[in-house]
Amino acid sequence: MAFSKQAIEQIAHLARLEISEADTPVYAAKLDRIIEFIDELAAADTSDLLPMAHSLEMSQRLRPDEVTESVDRDRYQANAPEVSHGLYLVPRVID
Amino acid sequence: MSSSRLTIAAQSRLLLKGDVSSRELTQVCLERIAQQDSLLNAFITVTPDAALAAADAADQQRKAGKGGALTGVPMAHKDIFCTRGVTTTCASKMLANFVSPYDATVVERLAAAGMVSVGKTNMDEFAMGSSNETSYFGPVRNPWDPACSPGGSSGGSAAAVAAGLVPMATGTDTGGSVRQPAALCGITGFKPSYGRVSRYGIIAFASSLDQAGVLALTAEDVALVSAAMSGFDARDSTSAPAAVPDYMAGLEASIRGKAIGVPKEYFDAGLDPAYAAAVHAALDVYRQMGAEIREVSLPNLALAVPTYYVVCPAEASSNLSRYDGVRFGHRAADAPDLETLYKRSRTEGFGEEVKRRIMTGTYVLSAGYYDAYYLKAQKVRQLISNDLQRCFEQVDMLAGPTTPTTAFRLGAKTDDPVQMYLNDIYTVSVNLAGLPAISIPCGILDGLPAGLQLVGPAFAEQQVLNFAHLYQKETDWHTRQPASTAMAGQG
Repeated sequence: MAFSKQAIEQIAHLARLEISEADTPVYAAKLDRIIEFIDELAAADTSDLLPMAHSLEMSQRLRPDEVTESVDRDRYQANAPEVSHGLYLVPRVID
Repeated sequence: MSSSRLTIAAQSRLLLKGDVSSRELTQVCLERIAQQDSLLNAFITVTPDAALAAADAADQQRKAGKGGALTGVPMAHKDIFCTRGVTTTCASKMLANFVSPYDATVVERLAAAGMVSVGKTNMDEFAMGSSNETSYFGPVRNPWDPACSPGGSSGGSAAAVAAGLVPMATGTDTGGSVRQPAALCGITGFKPSYGRVSRYGIIAFASSLDQAGVLALTAEDVALVSAAMSGFDARDSTSAPAAVPDYMAGLEASIRGKAIGVPKEYFDAGLDPAYAAAVHAALDVYRQMGAEIREVSLPNLALAVPTYYVVCPAEASSNLSRYDGVRFGHRAADAPDLETLYKRSRTEGFGEEVKRRIMTGTYVLSAGYYDAYYLKAQKVRQLISNDLQRCFEQVDMLAGPTTPTTAFRLGAKTDDPVQMYLNDIYTVSVNLAGLPAISIPCGILDGLPAGLQLVGPAFAEQQVLNFAHLYQKETDWHTRQPASTAMAGQG
């Protein structure tokens, strides 16, 4: 298949990425190549198989609902690009 | 230090006898990094002050008659492991200024064992690559030939160990990222079973495949370090509750009468004939040790790489959705609204290969394509795993090449992503099935190292290390070192 400009824009939007007009054909060509490669899977006979859930057939462990972590807000927020009074700042969402 | 590369076991003996201090060993590492790393680019961050402080603490411990085999031995962590108070970049612009508020379990356990971290090694961005060329901090060079790639994604760790900058470095292996660079740099690289080593504090790439490993000079060193790193961790929900056997105690066990399976598909088109000859010569060494070599079949081998390149980008696209420019990581300036902030921060913060994989992953998970790609890939993954299980009903171990060729030149495969992905042909099935595997040096072809891969059944780490160690007792490929390193060692 060949990715159209609209398809690349739609995937980029879902992935929250901006692909420039100039880069769109480059992404389309490389994604075409990758998808053509992974399309080889279609030929495999998997009619008797279930999709793998865990490579070693282990199941998700549960733990008691107990407090194990403490919050050190200042330390965690030291990595945040913009904070004020303990809050993360983003552009205005509601006018 | 007269010898340029000393194993952990050797350094440990010197420390025990009091012939050398941890401070001296650590200083040697720091000096070598200062001398050689402007060329190799194996390190993103070097932490001399913290390293010397840890070395002094280790020396105190030794003086007090405490500590273990690893106390005072220097090492480095791949920059994907969170290290408290030290930048943890994952070789991405996105995390270039990220100072981790906590330690990964692996970091914590090796520090508790007394190991001295000298810094953080370079890698492919978010571990996405097989050549170390996707790093935001520039490619790593192969100590055997600086025009060549060291492999990836743990290329900085592999180059640092091969060049003798450190005796050991941690790595992560999602599709071969420990074993492939170990093979291309002529060292020993080990990936344990899925769940054997905690993923807590390892920046997530593809969570059902990611596993921490060790890059070192010998299987014995790998066993020493793996013993300290492995075991259940309540903070990793996929951590295996299984007990960890004594890796060191199992190293010398005889392999007489054991069966080694060699998948015939490994030798089909794509494998360099000289590389194949090196692998056959290694199998002869095992024959002489009394092992039986049997041909086995992995009929779906060709599907392993396409399967991996569905599952892995799908998981990556989900894992990397956390980078939003709000809580940590790169943030675009002057975005007028929230959606633009997300989009610009991610577009500016991620490199090309990362964006390509996020796009691929988003596509295979999107409405209308999920069944055809993601679900189908998880079925083929089961098929590939079943093939491997069937082999282990007949043999104790699988053996073959780690990579199709020796190190390739930087820039040689960057134009075609699929060509780059095919480097992983021998390594990805192991991750898809969650098995333990090791790459050990088995030859030098035109001046570049070749690797033998051994793959064991789930949680048979002890056997894998045993097979690797016995080979290294019979051969000296693992002691060969790049000429540049041998010269540096004279000083």
